[in-house]
Amino acid sequence: MIRLLFTIIAGVLLGGVVHLVSVLALPRIATQDAYSRLTPLTKLNAVTRLPPSDPSNTVMPFLDPAFAVAVCRYDLSGGPIKLTVPVSQAYTSVSFYTRNEVAYYAINDRSAGKKVIELDLMTEAQHNDLPEDEEITAADRLIIDSPTATGLIVLKALAPEPGLMPQAQASLAASSCAEQADQPAKQAEAPRGKR
Amino acid sequence: MRLLLITLLALLVATVVGLGATWMTATRGTDLGTLTIGAWTARPKTGTSDVDPYSRATITRNGELPIGTGDGVAFTAMTDDRKKPLDGRCDVVVSGVTPAARFWTLTLYDQKGHLVANALQRYGFTSQEIVRGADGAFEIRVAARSRAGNWLPTGGIERYALMFRLYDTPVGVATRTQRDAPMPQIATVGCP
Repeated sequence: MIRLLFTIIAGVLLGGVVHLVSVLALPRIATQDAYSRLTPLTKLNAVTRLPPSDPSNTVMPFLDPAFAVAVCRYDLSGGPIKLTVPVSQAYTSVSFYTRNEVAYYAINDRSAGKKVIELDLMTEAQHNDLPEDEEITAADRLIIDSPTATGLIVLKALAPEPGLMPQAQASLAASSCAEQADQPAKQAEAPRGKR
Repeated sequence: MRLLLITLLALLVATVVGLGATWMTATRGTDLGTLTIGAWTARPKTGTSDVDPYSRATITRNGELPIGTGDGVAFTAMTDDRKKPLDGRCDVVVSGVTPAARFWTLTLYDQKGHLVANALQRYGFTSQEIVRGADGAFEIRVAARSRAGNWLPTGGIERYALMFRLYDTPVGVATRTQRDAPMPQIATVGCP
């Protein structure tokens, strides 16, 4: 009897360990997470508009139907990414997620303070490799460090009334997310800096 | 033989307890870092890098994307102010004032987080399209059949959730009480 009780206590203790390990492992082993759901729908390093939220569209749960949503699925292994989002009339925001859906950065049109939200996204290593040029570190260039090489950028534009949805979609359609074109120029600059 | 049986029993108990607890916390959520105001619950930390492991597990399991802190904050209500589960066949009134925010939206979802089909194609309200009283307060009637004023259709489903999202708002990780964030009341006013 004592032995049975001891077995059950040991089982419960071991169960605690199993619980902790499985909770920590779940983000890595989940196959239906947002990134996996969006992978077949989106292009890599390009802005893809998501279909409008309605009851038949079940891409992701808990999407706000008042927003036009577009996604840029990024991979920084080929170099930093430049993101440009023109601001819509009502409200525009840009949120950054890691491969495992950690929201590490979000900015809205008012905190960006300009008509166009312009950001450079790079890994920490790429940020450190940047030549220390005053023009580049100037305040008009906002650099975001991504904790992972891959992830998601979600662009959202609010349609305050259903009739304004086309306008919100149009402002997102004008946004871009692409590998930086000035990459070769920077590489050419780098050796000069060393001399 | 007996030792083998006992080891197997211990391992069985460990598996059931461990995975059961994980399943419970991932589906129902935990109270870690929650902000509760009336019937509304928010987890402002899910929009930051220091999100707790339980919320991360829930987020990846559901396949959702949490709203980033620089964007806004989301409050969910599954019950009314008297802890009665929200029933789509009843008349529920959401009324009062809202915390400071540039925009807010109120959306109705089924328990899986999908929108509920209705003939009006109305799934929620934004702060701009709502009809308000002279004092700025509003009243939204959540009901299966058409109501005067701000009617949010439930489609007659048994259980639903309301999500109240504030965009560009000071409400967030530092918010603690009703005084910082006066959330609207939810009351069930009649069931057929």
